[in-house]
Amino acid sequence: MILVVAEHAGGKLGKSTLEMVTAARESGREGPITLLVLGQGVADVATEAAAVADQVLVGDLPALAQYNPEVWAAAVAQIAREGEASTVLIGGSRSGREYAPRVAVKLDAPYLEDVIRLSAEGDVLQAQRYTFLARVTETVQASGPVIVATVKPGSFAPAAPAAAAGEQYDIELDLPTSRTEITGKSVEKSSRVALSEAEVIVTGGRGVGSPENFAQYVEGLADNIGAGVGATRAVVDAGWRPYAEQVGQTGKTVQPKAYIALGVSGAVQHLSGMGKSKNIIAINKDAEAPIFKVADYGIVGDVNQIVPALIAASKK
Amino acid sequence: MKILTLVRQVPDAEARVKVSGDRVDLDGTTLVIDGMDEYGVEEALRLREGDGNVEEIVALAVGPKKVEDALRTALAMGVDRAIHIETDERFDAVSLSKIVAQVAQSEGTDLILLGGQEADWDSQALGAASAERLGWPQLTWTNELKVEGDTLSGRHDVDDGNEGFKVTLPAVITAQQGLNEPRYPTLPNIMKAKKKELRKDELGSYDVQPAVKYLGAEIQTRARLNRMIDGKDPQAAAEQLLDLLRNEAKVLA
Repeated sequence: MILVVAEHAGGKLGKSTLEMVTAARESGREGPITLLVLGQGVADVATEAAAVADQVLVGDLPALAQYNPEVWAAAVAQIAREGEASTVLIGGSRSGREYAPRVAVKLDAPYLEDVIRLSAEGDVLQAQRYTFLARVTETVQASGPVIVATVKPGSFAPAAPAAAAGEQYDIELDLPTSRTEITGKSVEKSSRVALSEAEVIVTGGRGVGSPENFAQYVEGLADNIGAGVGATRAVVDAGWRPYAEQVGQTGKTVQPKAYIALGVSGAVQHLSGMGKSKNIIAINKDAEAPIFKVADYGIVGDVNQIVPALIAASKK
Repeated sequence: MKILTLVRQVPDAEARVKVSGDRVDLDGTTLVIDGMDEYGVEEALRLREGDGNVEEIVALAVGPKKVEDALRTALAMGVDRAIHIETDERFDAVSLSKIVAQVAQSEGTDLILLGGQEADWDSQALGAASAERLGWPQLTWTNELKVEGDTLSGRHDVDDGNEGFKVTLPAVITAQQGLNEPRYPTLPNIMKAKKKELRKDELGSYDVQPAVKYLGAEIQTRARLNRMIDGKDPQAAAEQLLDLLRNEAKVLA
């Protein structure tokens, strides 16, 4: 079987899970597509998962209420082993890329990380992935009875429902106790559409000028056109915006239909997080800013003058 | 406490990347310590300078001959000694973790510090894979770290924000920007570093084979429209941009 570990949040299946199902269907690897849903109170998620999978395995346990790399790795490796999985697909989120290597070690399996394409021939799995801050695409290959891969979000189209809903099965898991104690969590909530799900993103950089300007222009424009809000590392480091909004090498990777960069200079670390967007729109008063080299549409001008006009015009 | 820091060598972030044949060509490129590993080295030094009861800090690198330069930099920053396992072969992180785990065991390491993401191969896997081989917990994307006795506490980033943690040694910690500001080696320390031990280990004695084959590399540059709109009249520029986004790119309703 191809084991896909479902990503979900707030009682809903993540878009990345549907993308992984497409990756599984297109990969050419053998076996039914099996979604593994781990968590507590995940009945709705499991039902959503059943619509796209051949079968759904549900680990609904108090011990799984909170994500933990040691516990998740143990659960996924156990199910992969018991189900004789040929392939284990895990989301290329921060947490996915954190526990997937542990799964690979437990299964003594090769690990293909953050892949954007998958194709199989026999027991060989070939993949593509980005390296060097997304400036290079490399082709990698592994073989074996089982291979673990993480799938980069946004690289596959979300899967449409299958002809018939898959059966759901409750599973028993033998879970370790984590040696890490979580002493407090701060969740960065946003009322807007999540960056990973947004079709349009408006991002502000230092060129926006101040936190007040950021709220007025970046958030103002985003709200007008129903977009998500992103920020550069410099803006997050300056404390203007929460880390959850950071796009780039150490933040989130995004691939929206339109990425509107306001006062963003375009450091390579930022470009690596947004350079694969379908359309890039840049407004910056510095005509030499590197962002213009990757832009489809650009305006050299002051964000403080152009964005209010943009907000007014987009209201019409 | 004994600390093992892992050191890699990568091109400077602003360096031009070129591909020859099936691989990235680094000939003539300036190579530096991977920035995130440097945060790990710096944090090891700070734990010792604080109240960390640190007996020894050892730097480990697996890679070609010139990785010695990165190890010398770590030694000049203040690491006590270094181990270099020389190879021109590229190891995937999960295979490489076998070497890391063996070295950690033979050195009696309590804490491994390394970067959260490799600036060249973009992998985040080495810390987690090494932790699993050793049976240790791991904390990734750490931006705050304290030690008290054999307990580490700090904060690290997670999918939807960040969380505080507490963990008993041994453990693996991956570092990132924000954890500290790495120091520059001073000239006297660079001179002293030349006398520090830089041990060469044979790759063969670790009995490790790569599990991933690297078949090709391509620079992907996507053609962009680069359509520039005159910004002198903000009103006209805004209207023209909206028109293009609605009717040409069709990304706005």
